Order: sequence, then structure tokens, then C-alpha cells
Amino acid sequence: MTHLIRDQQLVEHDFPLLADDAAPPASGKLIVSLERWRKDAAELRGPGLEVGVRIPNTVNVEDIWAEISDRPLINLEFPGFADGRAYSQARVLRDRYGYRGEVRASGGAVVRDQLHSMARCGINGFELRADQDPQVCLKAFEDFGLAYQPAADGALTVLRRRAS
Amino acid sequence: MYRYDSFDQQLVDDRVAQFRGQTERFLAGQLPDDEFRSLRLRNGLYVQRFAPMLRVSIPYGLISSRQMRMLGHIARKYDKNYGHFTTRQNIQYNWPKLETVPDILADLASVQMHAIQTSGNCIRNITTDHLAGVAADELVDPRPYCEITRQWATFHPEFNWLPRKFKIAFCASETDRAATRLHDIGVFIVRNEQGELGYSIYAGGGLGRTPIVAPKIRDFLPEMDLLSYLEAILRVYNRLGRRDNIYKARIKILVKETGPAKFTELVEAEWAKIRDGELKLTRADFDRIAAHFDAHPYVAGSDADTSFDAAVAADSAFAAFVKRNVKGHRVPGYKAVFVSLKAPGVAPGDITAEQMELVAQLADDYSFSEIRSTHDQNLVLAEVRQQDVYAVWKALRAQGLATPNIGLLTDLICCPGLDFCSLANAGSIGVSDEITDAFESMDDLYDIGEMKIKMSGCMNGCGHHTVGHIGILGVDKKGEEWYQVTLGGSAENDATLGDRTGPSFDRAHIVQAVERIIEVYLDQRSSEDETFLQTYRRVGMTPFKTRLYADEAVAA
Repeated sequence: MTHLIRDQQLVEHDFPLLADDAAPPASGKLIVSLERWRKDAAELRGPGLEVGVRIPNTVNVEDIWAEISDRPLINLEFPGFADGRAYSQARVLRDRYGYRGEVRASGGAVVRDQLHSMARCGINGFELRADQDPQVCLKAFEDFGLAYQPAADGALTVLRRRAS
Repeated sequence: MYRYDSFDQQLVDDRVAQFRGQTERFLAGQLPDDEFRSLRLRNGLYVQRFAPMLRVSIPYGLISSRQMRMLGHIARKYDKNYGHFTTRQNIQYNWPKLETVPDILADLASVQMHAIQTSGNCIRNITTDHLAGVAADELVDPRPYCEITRQWATFHPEFNWLPRKFKIAFCASETDRAATRLHDIGVFIVRNEQGELGYSIYAGGGLGRTPIVAPKIRDFLPEMDLLSYLEAILRVYNRLGRRDNIYKARIKILVKETGPAKFTELVEAEWAKIRDGELKLTRADFDRIAAHFDAHPYVAGSDADTSFDAAVAADSAFAAFVKRNVKGHRVPGYKAVFVSLKAPGVAPGDITAEQMELVAQLADDYSFSEIRSTHDQNLVLAEVRQQDVYAVWKALRAQGLATPNIGLLTDLICCPGLDFCSLANAGSIGVSDEITDAFESMDDLYDIGEMKIKMSGCMNGCGHHTVGHIGILGVDKKGEEWYQVTLGGSAENDATLGDRTGPSFDRAHIVQAVERIIEVYLDQRSSEDETFLQTYRRVGMTPFKTRLYADEAVAA
């Protein structure tokens, strides 16, 4: 059973992933692949549907921003513990485009020890890996109370704190 | 010395608590082995069956006497009474116990030290000239620039899971003493034609199996744009660096495969979008960082001293020391005194707790309580009045720290933590570093365990290559360096001389040969418990020979 953390709260799972070959429901929240979105955007924009898009961690966000900018949720992939590409995607979404919807992380690296960095990069939805204890994970956001560098969380950096 | 404020201290303390939690979860079976490995590497901790190792960060090689005493304390309390200075200006301990590492980190934090990002695929220790601040040929002191970069890089949330490790070096002097263009990013602090301070930026250098001298990607970067430009480079690398092959994952391969011109375009395009953002520095930012460094009350007129020259004239042993181990200082009457960690019979870079305490005391007495570590594994007391050099020398000599060999053949570069001795000086730094690099890459992946690579630069065999598990002997062939390789030697109770593999390897193939030997061992070992030596004794030379000489052209 996977748990979902949103905005540092344990919440009910929503926005399930729709398989590429599955028909969309008449209404509700769901996530589709970028490929599916490109194919069926017209249908998926129908009334009653709220559709987020999962993007591969290999794409340049700048190349696809126009296609996904109005989505309520963008789902980033963290397939392996050591694959940090989506961290940069998250920052581009938040810092460059000011994206306000949910940025959700999914995959094998969505574990307690990466949540703090993910949050700093602007990710606010965490689909925890199945083996993760959500109560342990919630503590991750308290790992560091300060930050040296600016990121998407808007934290006042140490450099700026010194100046004030 | 850069002094922490409460912010710096809080971050380091938080890191200790974080790592303590990770260690506890690992020991309780709640954190998978491979994930804990990645996390502990980011705290400098390698765990091998026979040789655990903790690498402590020494940002740009600067240590206070108080910190040096703590390093001695740690050597006594948690290790076997010594530490090992590395080619990255850091120090390593070879025998800490996993369970005690959080306590060691807490002790380090109490003197403003840490092991953050000393390993793993993240931004590593920032390095620079070991004579920074005292060199006469310096444009400005590079250390405040290093420190501001260190802070930016520390726990950078976006760049903690890069394709590969990432090293940044700074050079602000005419003579580059930091091998700056052999780094992932090399920053040269320069003035432009208008006299403004800024940087020339090089990217994509490095050693390893594809040694590359970094090309210049920007001629002049304005001083206040340092961090945004670094961030742009890192973002391009994080997005496009190869992750399919560990040997092609360094930024040098990306720069090479993309082409420096195209790579520069990508960086510049990214930078254009962030250069005026929050990373923009101000003069006040630099001033505040610089104010964290102690100002040194140099005594004017120190060059009036005549005792130094008199001692040189009177004492030939002192004269030899001065010739080799004492360098000039930008302030008249001051000298930089090199402390040799290359005494005969001692593994290069090794230093005992007692020796650390002596060096700390000398720093307090004579050198503004500061010490530097060098990339060739020596220490420097860089701020000694010339009238005091004689006393410093006598004290060092009494503790075996005054071998007058800086820059000589016996000033050996040694592979950190590998008991890897003796391949000569400047000309051989490359080979040694490359093998270190190759070994580290494979060790990251496989926990190779006990493997002693010993290397000698000449037939004298100071490096005991014949008793290395892998022995390497540099030989001169018509003015070119070649390397003979032996396998299966041992200097332990089961002392054995190694067997020659066959024809020797040239400079371009010796690192590959070592990698192939390790690959064969990994293929052949019966389990992770079987050491290299055991495997070799069981399977013999044939499989190694077959792999080593698979393509004829490499050896002669």
C-alpha cells in the first residue's frame, strides 16, 4: 500500500495513474502519461475530468511546457535512488514558469531520505514507495531548518539571513 | 581561518542528527543496504569488509590548530592513532567502526568540521592553491570565493544525485598549483581589460581513463555572477550527463560528446534565464564571507631578521630543509614552511596523533594557528616569520616531519587508503590519480575489499611493488614511461613476491590494465568474501593474462 503526502500532510490517495490502453472514466481525477495526453488531450479535457500529466525525467521541461501548463498536477519520475534528473525539472516548473499546481514525485526514490531535497525543489506531492512508513517520512521535512542556496521553496538563504 | 556563524553550525549539527538517524535505521534493518551506501558516501563513509574508511572534509585545505588537535583526538579514540592526508586535501581514517561514525561526526562538528559530500555523486570539496593568501603571484585570495561556492554546493537540493562526482577548483595565481583545468569545473579568477574582477570558466576536465584538460567555456564572467553560472552548468549536466555507463558519466564526456561550443551554448542559454535571479551576489555578500576569515597581524619589519640567513650558513641540514621545504611569502620576512608527510618507511600522507598535536602547537606558536593540507599530501605552516623557521624545523625534525624532500622523487603521491605507495612526484601525479579514480569508481560499485596496489616509480622499489597484491613498476624505455605489472604479491604473514603478467603497458594503457585486473577478479571471485589474493591463488594467472592481453596493441 502506497501512501500519499501532500503539503506535508498524509492524505487520501487521489489522481490514480490511468494505463495508456485504459479508457478514461466519465469523471474524476487521474494522471495520464505525456504520450497519452498528446494523443487524447481533447477527450481528456472533457467536463468532469481533472487530468494530471506524468512526464518522463528525460524531457526538457521547456520543450513541453506549452502542452501541460494548464494541468492541475504534473507528475515527475524518480525511477531509481540515484537518478536525480527530475529535481531539475521540478525547479524549472516552479522557478521558471511559476507553476502553481501539484508537482508530484513518484518512483523508487520517493523515500524518506530524499523528501527534504524534493520539497526544496518545489515538489509538494509525494507518492511514497510501498515500503515507506509515512510517519517516518513526515519527519524528513524537519531535517534542516536552514538553507545555503535559493531553491523553489522560497526559503530565506543563509546569505540573505546574514544580510538582514 | 573561516569561522562558522550560528547558521553554519546549525547546518552541520542538523547533518549529524540526520546521519545518526540514517545509521540507526540501517542498523535496525529499515534502510536498504544500497540506499544506505549512497547516503553514507555523502558523509564520507566507505564501508568495505576489511577497510572501512571515513573521509573528512578540509575545505580548500585550510585547518585550524584546534581542528588539527581534534583530528588527533579522533585518530586516538576511534582509529589506530593515525590519519591519512589525501590528494584531495582531505584526511581519511581507515579504521572507524560504523556504529561510532555519528559520534565522530559530532566531535568534528564541535570544531566546525564535517564529512559532507566527500564522496558520492555530488559536488565535492572545493579545492585551491595551498599557498592561497600568501603567494606573491596571486591576484586575490581565492578562499572567500571557494567558501561562497562551498556554501552554495552544501546540501544543494537539486544536485545531490548527479550522474557522477563533481569537483570544482579555483586558481587566482599566475602559477596554477591546484591542477585547475583537470577538474569538472575550473575557475580562474582574473581581471578583464577594464580591470574588473571576474572569472574565466573551464569545464569538463578530469583524469581517469579519458584524461581531458578542460576547455574554456567562458572567457570572462562578472564577479557577481559566479553562483548562477555554476548552477547553469550543473543543471545542464544533471539533465544531459550520461547515466548509462559509469565510465562515461563525468561531465568531461558530456562536454566532449556535445562539443565544447554546443555545450557552452546550452549553459549560456540556461544562465541567461537565471543570471539575474536570487543567486546574484553582491559586494556585501563577499565582504561578509571575507570577514569570517581571520585577519593576520603580520609584524612589520620581520625581514630585518638576520638569524635565518645565519642559520642557513651555519647548519647544512637546515640549509637543505630550507632549500626544499621553505617557500617565499608575499609579506617580507615571512615564509611558508612545508611539513613533509613523506618520511622514509612511512606511507605517504600518514600522520600520527602525536605529530598532529605537534603541528597544531607549532601553528599556535608560529603560524597564526593555521595549517594547510596540500594535494600532494603534505602540510604547510604558511605564515612563519623567518626568524622562527629554525625553531620550527628543529621541532619538526624531532618528530620525523622535516624530511627535506618536497617536490623530489621521494615526495611520493600515494593512493588514499589503498596502501598504494610510491609513484614519484609531479610527473606521475596523473597515473596515481587516475588509478585512484578508477579504483574508487569500481569500489563504489562493488565493495572490492582488501586489495593492496603498490607502485614504485623505479627499480629501488620503495613502493614495495613486488609485494603488492597488484604491483606496478615504472620502467624507462627509451625515454618513455612503461609499467610492469605483477599479481599476487603479499607482505603479510604469507609474504609472496608477485608474478609478472607479461609485457609492460604504456602510459595510455596502464590504468585500463588495472581496471581489467579488477574486472577479472570480480568475475572470478567465488563470493564477496573471497579476497583478491585468495582468488588469484585459486585461479592463477591465466584468466588475468587472457583479459590483459586481449588486444595486442596495448602492450610491448
